[in-house]
Amino acid sequence: MSDHRGVWVYSENKDLMLELLGKGSKLTGELGTKLTAVILGHDVKDHAKELVGYGAQKVIVVDNSQLKEFQVDTYLGALTQLTQQQKPELFLIGSTRRGKELAARLAARLKVGCVPDCLELKVDDQGRLVTERIVYGGNAIVTQVFRTKPQIATIPRRRFEKPEYKAESQGEIIDVTDISLEPPKAEIVEIKPIEIAETKIEEARVVIGGGRGLEKKEDFKILDELAKILGGQVGYTRPLAEDRKWFTEWVGLSGHAISPELYIACGISGVIQHVAGIRDSKIVVAINTDPEAPIMEMADYIVVGDLYEVIPAFSEALRKLLASA
Amino acid sequence: MVRILVCVKQAIDVSQLKVDSATRRLITVDAPKKISDFDKNALEEAIRIKEKLGGEVFTVTVGPEDAKTTLREALAMGADKAYSMSDPIFENSDTLATSYILAETIKKIGPFDLILCGEASIDSFSAQVGPRLAEQLGIPLITYARRLNLEGDAVTAERGLEDCSQTMKVKMPALVTVTKEINEPRIPSLMAIMKASKKEIVMWKAADLNVASGKVGVNGSAVQVLDVLAPKMERKKIVIKGESAKETAEKLAKALVQEGVVGR
Repeated sequence: MSDHRGVWVYSENKDLMLELLGKGSKLTGELGTKLTAVILGHDVKDHAKELVGYGAQKVIVVDNSQLKEFQVDTYLGALTQLTQQQKPELFLIGSTRRGKELAARLAARLKVGCVPDCLELKVDDQGRLVTERIVYGGNAIVTQVFRTKPQIATIPRRRFEKPEYKAESQGEIIDVTDISLEPPKAEIVEIKPIEIAETKIEEARVVIGGGRGLEKKEDFKILDELAKILGGQVGYTRPLAEDRKWFTEWVGLSGHAISPELYIACGISGVIQHVAGIRDSKIVVAINTDPEAPIMEMADYIVVGDLYEVIPAFSEALRKLLASA
Repeated sequence: MVRILVCVKQAIDVSQLKVDSATRRLITVDAPKKISDFDKNALEEAIRIKEKLGGEVFTVTVGPEDAKTTLREALAMGADKAYSMSDPIFENSDTLATSYILAETIKKIGPFDLILCGEASIDSFSAQVGPRLAEQLGIPLITYARRLNLEGDAVTAERGLEDCSQTMKVKMPALVTVTKEINEPRIPSLMAIMKASKKEIVMWKAADLNVASGKVGVNGSAVQVLDVLAPKMERKKIVIKGESAKETAEKLAKALVQEGVVGR
């Protein structure tokens, strides 16, 4: 087990790849080892140079026309051979649906452990890599260590910061050609791109959350107004989407997990699944008529009151305050 | 005639889980348990395929002995045969060990044309057992299916990814993991529940399977749990109160400006 060295990162999602490099370089510092990025694709040489600028000390490139499209079977075969030959101690893989399948199957082939959706990874005083992830629908965080190597972990989007680009960074780029690529077992019959909302709630600096305290869908204009003043976005809880069918998306463990600077929960009771999705907000404000609502336990500022009175008054107060600033 | 196997997990009903706020420990003793939600979708899909094309639906679970209540539910929904893999040495198996136990079970009761799993379990949500099982069996895999179609010896599935929706086709035997969008699981009738209560559930232990004791339970697991704790909630909990809604609102606005989260 001791001959495993180095931290590897891989994601087919370019933004997530950079975030993995950011976390990976911190961990290589703690582990006293090197950071390697793996690129699979076709005509990807320029991308390799870019990753060096983002902190990769080594970039392993498998550049082949068979890797032009993401075909999980072919990609998996390539990653299996690379890890078997070069034996990293830790392999961070981006937690997209593609990445999670890839990681689980890679772990199965290598007969090792995989911890998916890590919220934190750190090296403890015994030199062990300790992982943290959410379980039980947001009710708990499990801390786990690996008993096998390579240690495989997947990491969700926007969990760690992307590093600064340094044009002067030096790194080794290794072109791997002696690899046998297997044809995919699955045939992709059709691909339909989905429309991705232009503004992502995960990226909003301020989020106004609306819950069951709102009586009608039209009442959301009160929240829209507040969002406009604060330069933020409006989010919803699951019951408004699933039960009342007002919206198709929601904030919470099973929906969008957000970490804005300011989250204002309006008429939201604060069930654990919702709280799990807003836990990383910097400041949480709760506005609710019920002083006993669970959301009050996890708020920095608490207003016991009717949102239909408080929010318009709050918007007005902000408007004045911001105009005078 | 298709032979379908559905892997189900008896999970803790996370919506009813309670936390001891002093110790941050979960109160898991006597916590209500149920079939993991997405496994129910997998079962429903298997039963629908059987109703359309004919065949047999098998269901298997790995877990404590009382997990057979989960299998009763599966039988009531319409599964034909149920297998429970339960042994003290299986306790605390991680996904590596669990998929190994399932693979050995399948070697004994298989082969199957199609194996269905939920995309993940509602309690640990690791989404690994399905993909790992497909690898152990060396069969094609489609994950996160929200629509499924069997035709001849092929299965076609539509899956939702972050940036696209993809339709994939593989040859059977194959394993497919399903999401909750795929169907609305049926609620069994009283009659079906009564009929199911008379069906046999095959209870096997480690000795009934060809499993190596070093590859199951804690010894066979690649990941070791150090601790499970409710997350810390460190919030200021400052109550803002004014004489009127207007005054409260003004106080709140000022506080947020001071925090530096408003007015930039």
